[in-house]
Amino acid sequence: MKVPLSWLREFVDIEGSIGELARKLTLAGLEVVEIRYVGLPMSDGDHAQTKVTGLSWDPEKIVVGEILEVMPHPNADRLVLTRLNDGIQEHTVLTGAPNLLGLKDAGPLETPIKVAYAKEGSRIYDGKQPGWELVTLKPVKIRGVESSSMACSEKELGISDDHTGIIVLDDDAQPGTPLADYMGDVVLDIDILPNIARNANILGVAREVAAQLRIPFKKPSYDVRWDGPSIGGRVSLDIREPELNPRFVLGLIEDVKIGPSPFWVQRRLRLAGMRPINNVVDATNYVMLEVGQPLHAFDYDVLVERAGGGSPTIITRLPEPGERLTTLDGVERKLDDFTILVTDTAGALSIGGVMGGGESEVSEGTTRVLLEGAGWDFINIRKTVGAQKLSSEAAYRFERGVHPAMAERGVRRGLEMMRKLTGGTVSKELIDEYPRPPVAPTVEITHSDIQRWLGIELDLGQAAALLERLEFSTELDGKSLRVSPPDHRLDIGAGVVGKADLMEELARVYGYDKIPETQIADRIPPQYASPRLESESRVRDLLATMGLQEVVTYRLTSPALEARALVAQSTEDRKYVRLANPIGEDRIVLRQDLLAGVLEVAARNVRVRERVAIFEIGPVFLPVEGEQLPEESDRLAIAMLGPLRPPSWQGRESGEIDFYDITGVIDGLLSGLHVGNVQYEPATHATFHPGRCANIMVDGKALGTLGNVHPMVAERFESLDRAIVAAEIHLDVLFEQIPERYPVRPVPAFPPVLEDLAFVVDQGTPAERLRTLIRQTGSPLVVGVNVFDLYQGKQVGEGKKSLAFSVVYQAEDRTLTDEEVAAMRNKIVTRLDVELGAKLRDF
Amino acid sequence: MQEQLDKLEKQALAELDLVSDPAELQNWKVKHLGRSAEVGKVLEGLRALPAEDRPAIGRRANEVKSRLEQAHARKNDTLRSQELEGSLTEEKLDVTLPGLSPARGRIHPSTQTMRQIIHIWAEMGFQVYRSREVETDEYNFGLLNFPPHHPARDMQDSFYTTDPEVLLRTHTSPGQIRVMRARAPEPIRVVLPGMCYRHEQITARSEIQFNQIEGLAVGYNITMADLKGTLIAFARRFFGQDVRTRFRGSYFPFTEPSAELDIECFVCGGEGCPVCKRTGWLEILGSGMVHPTVLENGGYDPSVYSGFAFGMGPERITMLKHGIEDIRYFWANDLRFLEQF
Repeated sequence: MKVPLSWLREFVDIEGSIGELARKLTLAGLEVVEIRYVGLPMSDGDHAQTKVTGLSWDPEKIVVGEILEVMPHPNADRLVLTRLNDGIQEHTVLTGAPNLLGLKDAGPLETPIKVAYAKEGSRIYDGKQPGWELVTLKPVKIRGVESSSMACSEKELGISDDHTGIIVLDDDAQPGTPLADYMGDVVLDIDILPNIARNANILGVAREVAAQLRIPFKKPSYDVRWDGPSIGGRVSLDIREPELNPRFVLGLIEDVKIGPSPFWVQRRLRLAGMRPINNVVDATNYVMLEVGQPLHAFDYDVLVERAGGGSPTIITRLPEPGERLTTLDGVERKLDDFTILVTDTAGALSIGGVMGGGESEVSEGTTRVLLEGAGWDFINIRKTVGAQKLSSEAAYRFERGVHPAMAERGVRRGLEMMRKLTGGTVSKELIDEYPRPPVAPTVEITHSDIQRWLGIELDLGQAAALLERLEFSTELDGKSLRVSPPDHRLDIGAGVVGKADLMEELARVYGYDKIPETQIADRIPPQYASPRLESESRVRDLLATMGLQEVVTYRLTSPALEARALVAQSTEDRKYVRLANPIGEDRIVLRQDLLAGVLEVAARNVRVRERVAIFEIGPVFLPVEGEQLPEESDRLAIAMLGPLRPPSWQGRESGEIDFYDITGVIDGLLSGLHVGNVQYEPATHATFHPGRCANIMVDGKALGTLGNVHPMVAERFESLDRAIVAAEIHLDVLFEQIPERYPVRPVPAFPPVLEDLAFVVDQGTPAERLRTLIRQTGSPLVVGVNVFDLYQGKQVGEGKKSLAFSVVYQAEDRTLTDEEVAAMRNKIVTRLDVELGAKLRDF
Repeated sequence: MQEQLDKLEKQALAELDLVSDPAELQNWKVKHLGRSAEVGKVLEGLRALPAEDRPAIGRRANEVKSRLEQAHARKNDTLRSQELEGSLTEEKLDVTLPGLSPARGRIHPSTQTMRQIIHIWAEMGFQVYRSREVETDEYNFGLLNFPPHHPARDMQDSFYTTDPEVLLRTHTSPGQIRVMRARAPEPIRVVLPGMCYRHEQITARSEIQFNQIEGLAVGYNITMADLKGTLIAFARRFFGQDVRTRFRGSYFPFTEPSAELDIECFVCGGEGCPVCKRTGWLEILGSGMVHPTVLENGGYDPSVYSGFAFGMGPERITMLKHGIEDIRYFWANDLRFLEQF
């Protein structure tokens, strides 16, 4: 909401720094997002508070001028020369303003035209450039005539973006007066949040300013000069839906002369962000901006005509089935059954509180205006705005709640304003139906409420004084204060909600900056461990330690994107959580696996680097039959490809990441979590190479799957032409396996015996079977078995392979003898031979 | 005999001076200190000397032997250090060639910031409570005092699912209701971290998913002054002890009174710059006293209990801290971005 300071000053005598005012309003919840200077001198302190823009007018150089005569330009048809008095002397000033062209042969003007005159050296905006470019006026020659000063447009002075003609000031302007003194202003741009929507008007902001600065608030006058005959019998009113339309007020003004508004009205409307139309429409907008009550002006004669020449009846009602209305924006609207209409006996006139229809609108020839001010149910307005996708300045206010008490005030102020602007005659009295006045709550607050909620020291007398600044009525009743809201507010609730509402008002007027900084005095509540979070944190740290980078991808995806990570299987059988209003076809469901995401990230990164090793932790979303909400199950996905180590100048080749690097990472992860007994069982999975895929098994439970990504899957991710390995793990299952405690064994006091054993077995025999058998058979003396070589080739024969193990023999209580080790070795060799047909190989 | 020994010593030492490598030194050692060395012969020949000469000659012979041994040891040290010096010179490296780092992994910047925030709140007694991302309209809005058709709903455009009652949470606040319902009537001090979603176009400034971390304290005597003190304490821990703050009125449907904590822009020091949109201040934390309706919906009697809540966005804070101008970097996962953290 744009609030010109000059307008505010009609209701509150603001003195002192604008920056300080902005600071106070901001602390009170009316955030001043911009201070825009329109002429007045800037003060230094403003910048520390908020954004400051705009232009100060040099009081020496930019003054009120009067044009005494308009003369033709000797060499140009579309330019004129003016004889202009700047209060000191006369100048010849060149202008191309279209609003002066018509006067060029009229001779000396009977009434001089008052203008905003900028002398040589003035800093003003360039009217011809888009945007806001500052220029300094210098002498220029245009078609043979020299000119160094000008009469300004609104744009050149920063009032609005209007550059269609020069400003014509009202006749009261005195030549030579610094323009900043005559009409300099500052516009505060205030962010109006829903809880202070009542302040989306000058009056509301002025009231807040008065409360914040602790200075008097000058209430506006709602007096009207009633010069005309009574309105009685000239229009009647019928409210059919009082819940939706709690009040309707009508006033009549006759002998209206439609024309442009005086400059001061136009200037204020423009500064507030509205475009002037004509004096009648401007009056309704002016009052709406000023007091917050939207008004609607009907051409009374059109209504009479529609009533067949008789007295019109205004009826507010819901639409008939199939009823339509063409609104002012030219759209023919199909009305919903809840759309409240303002109608007459001939049909619909406007959508109540939102927008008028074209037919009964005020036009150039209008002489009699019927002025509407009404109260509307804000929820219904809101529904209507949503359903019709139609908003307006009126609807903006009504959908946030305008108290019906304002309807009468608005009409009174509107009639008086129209009378002043149009010279019309106001008919005596108003037609006013008020079937549902809102009931104002009375809320009781106590001293301990204030202490308990706000933590400030404020007695009830002080609290009452603060609330009265916002026009609450208060009554001190022993140990409690009974408070009722003023009749321009609908936002104060009853009971404990009302208390909260009042606490907010108290805190705002008291000043957020004066609230002390304290720490919670209550004891610390019962503590609960977060084992899941801690485990997740350990997983992240372990993987990062092993050289993997964490990524975070979109949880929103599409079945097609997920299917890319599956070789033959589609995602058709997956039941997804689907969006009703997606933003694009790639983001229509919530994901069910993480693999497609990490593969995509890997593919994108491998375009610009050799090595990619990444992981993601996050939920997948699995709909559950019969449940409203899906299961959110946390997963871990890993993808790796490229050289093991980043390439270096030493040319030390580290080898490419392969299958055994992903099992290695999982081994490292699990041992870091102290999860033992991991086994990799050959498996099949739609993402992985059928011969290079394994389930990660711990105690018979599958934690997840890993392997080389199937070449056909890799192919779909552009730039994944190299071997890529990946894994996906169910974190729930993994976390169940993490032991609460794990034992730490003493370091052996006796030396171990280290021995290398190589066996020749069939190629299909998994290494893990040999390793397990060696361990089992050698127990308890064999404490470590590691594969250190794999050989396939002529020396071991077709279909065979040689696996070499380093075996560690160790006793806790003695040094092992050669005989003991030899006996154990024989046992192992025999067992492997019997069970797997493995033959010990001589080196 | 004495003269013979003197001569022997002199000659051996003179020869030692000429020795210049370990092999020569070895030869010298064999010659002068070995089994057939002259000194040895003198000692062996002692018996043949008159008894009265033996002690003096013996002492002198032993002295010569020991001097030669010491001289040998010194020469040996000299030769070795010369040799080492030579080889060390040869082993000289270009120390400016780049080092070979082991592959290093990192945690995503959002997670890093989240951890930092959680860590500070943990020290202030707030523990993590995790809550779901797909929510009902009731938990996301209704129970948080957003009535249907309330203007505040406009502030949060939601992704709805095909079930009109189910949506992707627009904030972490539904977790407030869930933790209250789980813990009532115990007092509460928790933080609720997690991913939230808004129906927006993806631009440099807006994302469809973003993290939030929200705090909730419910107890018997929790005041707005406590809220202010707690938030400022956090801001000092996170942004530095001297950070200037501004506590101002704001609006959220689920708190009343509501407040926003701003910190002075650390880029321009409050002068106004593009980062703070020329206001001199950065919005960091939205907060307020828990609305009585929300307390009630959580199972707490608002005439007995009070509480405060606050929330912030880790990505936004990360952007402000590091001067990042495009929020899309966070989920684009370009390693050239992620590896800078």
